Amino acid sequence: MKLIFEKGAPGQHLSLLPACDVPEVEIVSPRAEAPELPHLSETELTRHYTALAKRVHGVNDGFYPLGSCTMKYNPKINEDMANLPGFTNIHPLQPEETVQGCLEVLHTSAKLLGEITGMDAMTFQPAAGAHGEFTGLLLIKAYHKNRGDEKRTKIIIPDSAHGTNPASAVMAGFTVVNVPSGPDGCVDVEALRSAVGPDTAGLMLTNPNTVGIFDRNILEITKIIHDAGGLCYYDGANLNAVMGVVRPGDMGFDVIHLNLHKTFSTPHGGGGPGAGAVGCKALLAPFLPGPVVEETENGCHLAVPEHSIGRVKNFCGNFGVVVRALTYVLTLGQEGIPEAAKNAVLNANYMMKRLSEKYTMAYAGPCMHEFVMDLQDLKAATGCSAMDIAKGLLDHGIHPPTMYFPLIVHEALMIEPTETESRETMDEACDVFLALWDLAHENPQALHDAPTRTPVRRLDEVGAARNPVLKYTPND
Amino acid sequence: MGSYIPNTRAQREEMLSAVGVSRVEDLFAAVPHEMLLEHLDLPAGLSELEVRRALEAMAAKNKVYGTVLRGAGAYRHFIPSVVKSVISREELVTAYTPYQAEVSQGILQAIFEYQTMICALTGMEVSNASVYDGSTAAAEAIAMCRDRKKNKALVSACADPQTIAVMRTYCFGSGMELEVVPAKDGRTDLEALKAALTADAACVYLQQPNFFGNIEDAKAIGEAVHAAGAKYIMGCNPIALAVMETPAECGADIAVGEAQPLGLDLAFGGPYLGYMAANKAMFRKLPGRIVGQTHDVDGNVGYVLTLTAREQHIRREKASSNICSNQALCAFAAGVYLSAMGAEGLRQAAKLSMSKAHYLAAELAKIGLPRLHEGPFFHEFATKCDKPGAVLKALDEQGILGGLAVDGGILWCATEVVSKEEIDRAVAIIKEVC
Repeated sequence: MKLIFEKGAPGQHLSLLPACDVPEVEIVSPRAEAPELPHLSETELTRHYTALAKRVHGVNDGFYPLGSCTMKYNPKINEDMANLPGFTNIHPLQPEETVQGCLEVLHTSAKLLGEITGMDAMTFQPAAGAHGEFTGLLLIKAYHKNRGDEKRTKIIIPDSAHGTNPASAVMAGFTVVNVPSGPDGCVDVEALRSAVGPDTAGLMLTNPNTVGIFDRNILEITKIIHDAGGLCYYDGANLNAVMGVVRPGDMGFDVIHLNLHKTFSTPHGGGGPGAGAVGCKALLAPFLPGPVVEETENGCHLAVPEHSIGRVKNFCGNFGVVVRALTYVLTLGQEGIPEAAKNAVLNANYMMKRLSEKYTMAYAGPCMHEFVMDLQDLKAATGCSAMDIAKGLLDHGIHPPTMYFPLIVHEALMIEPTETESRETMDEACDVFLALWDLAHENPQALHDAPTRTPVRRLDEVGAARNPVLKYTPND
Repeated sequence: MGSYIPNTRAQREEMLSAVGVSRVEDLFAAVPHEMLLEHLDLPAGLSELEVRRALEAMAAKNKVYGTVLRGAGAYRHFIPSVVKSVISREELVTAYTPYQAEVSQGILQAIFEYQTMICALTGMEVSNASVYDGSTAAAEAIAMCRDRKKNKALVSACADPQTIAVMRTYCFGSGMELEVVPAKDGRTDLEALKAALTADAACVYLQQPNFFGNIEDAKAIGEAVHAAGAKYIMGCNPIALAVMETPAECGADIAVGEAQPLGLDLAFGGPYLGYMAANKAMFRKLPGRIVGQTHDVDGNVGYVLTLTAREQHIRREKASSNICSNQALCAFAAGVYLSAMGAEGLRQAAKLSMSKAHYLAAELAKIGLPRLHEGPFFHEFATKCDKPGAVLKALDEQGILGGLAVDGGILWCATEVVSKEEIDRAVAIIKEVC
């Protein structure tokens, strides 16, 4: 479809602003030429964007079992609450007494999410999971530095970790030590034991891990790190499996980030905004980014912790996302939070069981909220890869699982149904998965050619990277 | 309790038996028993009506001002109705990052259009798909400039203090040195900057217009930066770019900024939008997602996430940044905003803002609040004021959010949404106090 720059005509515009009612002022150093922006009528403008929206698969368009991303239903009440004028029209630098409602949102969210995670303090400044990782790692860095323990320069990360973990560790100035996973997909405890030392600053871990397994050695793992003088960081990407059932704080973790856009139902907006709230035990609270909200008899106040690492973002973070997450936590409450986790795990096991009929699982069940299939055998037998099955799903209105992750499984498809999918939806999806397995054997070319019913078919990614076209140029 | 679980109790029982366990707790057998939570200390869940009341009660504790004369990094501009209408579409709201390009063309094309518009505004060659906000964009930009021999970043003291604070935190992480170049009369001190531009200086960050609203001599500063062999980063207000010299015209290597003014609510500080654009020599160092145009197997034009070899999921510890989620829906909103405004509408918003601010400055000068600094400014300016507390309180009582108290006075802002009547009313209230 045409780009917005190729539509409309010069002179077409919307009627938006009034005439100037004060003396007009001219800029002293003007730009040479006006920027080339679109020029459309309101009709054409809205039609363009409606057409674009129709070329997107969202959670409301169908099943979205994208592993590690927790694509659960995004409740509509969350949107309404975030869009209350009493929140949207608040300037972030208003006097404290005029933003008591906003501070209450942050304070209440910190309290409730602290209870769910077993943490003592929380900041909402980080804008996304990776931003939370960076923040949490800086807390660890500041903690050691404050104790005069400057030699702790290494962060231990399992080879199954999200790519953001090592990237965040490097941004925080650490060196990464990779530890291998055992044959069960969990941390190799002996390898971990030999990796720690006086230079260990900490460990980053997801639990359940990225293959959907709860690491049963978790207490031993966190003890090994603590005994070596390090701290333990919990990547909250997979919290949906265990929220309200078991808490990272009780597993021995000192600092965590939460992806409010995964576990706590806030939408992902096609890539963001999310929110990467960071919670920590009391020993790290003095280092949190400032300001944080404190409650006194006279209401809520913003205060900077004693040894704060400083700001990681302007103002108080992606506030509107926090409003949505708070709405969700208040809705589910004491019973609903663990109920969601248990049903997420049940749904995943149900799909795992059904798909085991034909597909090979990378690790034996039961799984937690997600599971990984290994399609190496299928590829060897039919030539059809994880990518081919994924593209086949697109023709059936199903968003594919996460592909080729974690890296320790070579033809990986990672499936996470979430608790908000019905048995009916999962059964239909399983039928499609199983039919595609048959199709791979009967007519592999059909899968190599998929998708055929989407707005575009497979795209040339190599060509896009080799000859980058990154903006529209007229007459190109 | 509220719940979004569709399966009935009977269906769950059937699923459990299909899985081969009798209770859902059996699926958690790997969790050490002593760790299982006995009591979750949360309030009972609420119905939608109850939760609505609870959140509305919180929102009611905030004060919404009829007139806002405060900016300092967050600006109340007019937002055309089409912006919220478009970005409320459920497909756009609920999608994840466009990993499956075939069913994500709408988002990918919109981001490609956004990248084009950011390039048009800044004059730069390549834009990324967004980062978290203006300050993190600035911090990421200085990281782009670091090399083995150059480990020092310079930032003007006239930049937003929050931006400087975020840079400082990022530098605590990376080990880069951050030096603040002093101000002179509300602008960056060029002579002090030249002295600070030693051989280890990797880059200089200049905000335009600066935190005090003053317009800097960005070309002269750029020449000094390049003469010393450092990279030049400009942080520009995107509304001002409708009329002002572009970062490209000023010689910038990287342009960044806070794009909240482009159609995003004040929303107590977020979600906002960091834009980042670079010249051809530096674009492969840009962090985050970038959308590129390509074609499908049938030759149809399409869009994909591209140049991913820079990114964390491929490069892990060697990535140029850790960024994964960005502010995609905010970038989408900015694209709709810029399309709705067009070049002429944006220019009108910029000129109206600037004209109203100059009118406010002139009126304040008449009642004894002269400007703190001389020279050109855009839509913000600082005035002297002996009793800022009393002035702001008097305005507050009349539903007006006055400027921000700063060292030596008050930092004021006016945009196109403020009418002459509102300005006259505010000035009359201030006159009573002063």
